[in-house]
Amino acid sequence: MKRVQFANPLMPYMLLLPQLVIVAVFFLWPAAEAVRASFYLEDPFGFGATFVGFDNFTDALSSSDYGRTARFTLGFTAVTAFFSLAIALLLAVKADSVIRGASSYRTLLMWVYAIAPPVAGLIGVMLFDQHIGPLSEMARFLGWDMQIGVNYYDTAFAMVVISVWKQVPINFIFFLSGLQSVPKSVQEAAAIDCRSGTRRFWTVTFPLLAPTGFFLLIINITYALFDTFGIIDLVLKGEPGNNPVTLVYKVFLDGFRGNDLGGSSAQSVILMILVFVLTVVQFRMIERRVHYN
Amino acid sequence: MKREHIFDHLILIIGALFMIVPVVVAFMTSTHDAVSIYKNGLQLTWGGHFEETYRAVLTEAGGFTKSVTGLTMLQNSLILGLGFAIGKIVISMLAAYAIVYFRFPLGTFFFWIIFSTLLLPLEVRILPSYEIVQGLGMMNSYSGLIVPLIASATGTFYFRQFFKSVPDELVEAARIDGAGPVKFFIDILVPLSKTMIAAIFIIMFVYGWNQYLWPTLITTDETFFTLVRGMKQILQVWIGAQIPDTNQAMALAVLAMLPPVIIVVVFQSWFVKGLVESEK
Repeated sequence: MKRVQFANPLMPYMLLLPQLVIVAVFFLWPAAEAVRASFYLEDPFGFGATFVGFDNFTDALSSSDYGRTARFTLGFTAVTAFFSLAIALLLAVKADSVIRGASSYRTLLMWVYAIAPPVAGLIGVMLFDQHIGPLSEMARFLGWDMQIGVNYYDTAFAMVVISVWKQVPINFIFFLSGLQSVPKSVQEAAAIDCRSGTRRFWTVTFPLLAPTGFFLLIINITYALFDTFGIIDLVLKGEPGNNPVTLVYKVFLDGFRGNDLGGSSAQSVILMILVFVLTVVQFRMIERRVHYN
Repeated sequence: MKREHIFDHLILIIGALFMIVPVVVAFMTSTHDAVSIYKNGLQLTWGGHFEETYRAVLTEAGGFTKSVTGLTMLQNSLILGLGFAIGKIVISMLAAYAIVYFRFPLGTFFFWIIFSTLLLPLEVRILPSYEIVQGLGMMNSYSGLIVPLIASATGTFYFRQFFKSVPDELVEAARIDGAGPVKFFIDILVPLSKTMIAAIFIIMFVYGWNQYLWPTLITTDETFFTLVRGMKQILQVWIGAQIPDTNQAMALAVLAMLPPVIIVVVFQSWFVKGLVESEK
């Protein structure tokens, strides 16, 4: 807060009004509604609802379908986050060390940030297409008969590749800016103490990047959980069938296709708790990061 | 030493190719005609049908979507991107100004209400949000498309951080000179925030342009489709066709990525600064 502030009885409320109205109508109301609906069993034809307590939650959590989706989501998130972070870190370290062409590399490696997930999904689907896609052709050449949309693991593979492709740029931007903020004096001291570049990276640079890494980890988990919706929807072409889906996609499927409002809301609430925990962790991280700096 | 450098460049070049080649393939394929793509697969070379494909995609209703041209979709995408970015900046600057520069009883309470929106992304409250917007009769309208997306407080958060870093002396000086809150905001704070506004504008425009799930639910009328929202329709029509118009599908994908990519590349330094600063 500021030491000097304006004291005007009405103005602050007027300034806040637009934001508050939007937050109340399009955030608080739906969030409350999701929590409420998760305790009710809604008639699919719209004839009222009955209070069922925690039944929606126990139903959701105990169903084998939900377990399968949760396991896939966990694996998908872990693999996507790991590869996006690892590739981005490698590229950022190299981009930080070269002198010639540094700014061109930077541009070439970050611009994909601007591409929307479903657009990435469309291009990916075409590249993996069984008839015209060069990637599936290459896989066939290696003896892998890739069938996206038919084979569970092939579909999951395509989802991961496209999601990683889309996420590398943002990680790259943050890692590079983290690397560039490592003080010159520290780098020089390290260079004097240790000749091996690899060892210097793991003992000096990597620990200094850790706060950025933790922060990005949360960002990547959130990305894999939520923002990949467009990619998954395109890879599945809107026909999930037997293919893997993530938890968020399942909320969408059960709510809008299955008309299971209570079940879908219960799943939403579970996700809300998950996101809530992630966000709290993220805020703690940011605080710590600021302290370190 | 020398060899190490070549190795570094090699990794960077492979990385850059990994990012670029898929998009080059998409663009090059869009310049071929449908039949040759069907026979020979996706292409990496110039096909010479650039004008035909893009003219068809932009001006002809039909092909992929029955009642809407690429131009209309482009226009809708622009409205969503601009409307979202401008709406968000205006609303969140006003709110952040109130929170940072005014002392009033419920200030802290409102602050927490607004910040609670950072805890839950739209995706987890998608069904009730949809029902409320439907109940308000905002389906298939630009306001239904844009306003609910503004509900998250990211912009307010950025501006609050920035305003807090503006020196207190400026307010003091302004008050001694007899400037009220309105004058201070317009004549001092807004000009000071120019770079910040530009950076946030770029991030928000790209974010709005790239929205998918919300437009998918809210717009069922094709005349309100954005390019990004239309991606799945493109694919579904494409599957059904005997000789799929892959060239047109790719052309629409290229159109859907072009404006945000240009903005991010041209205003790269602002964009990166905004992104990195705002996350602190």
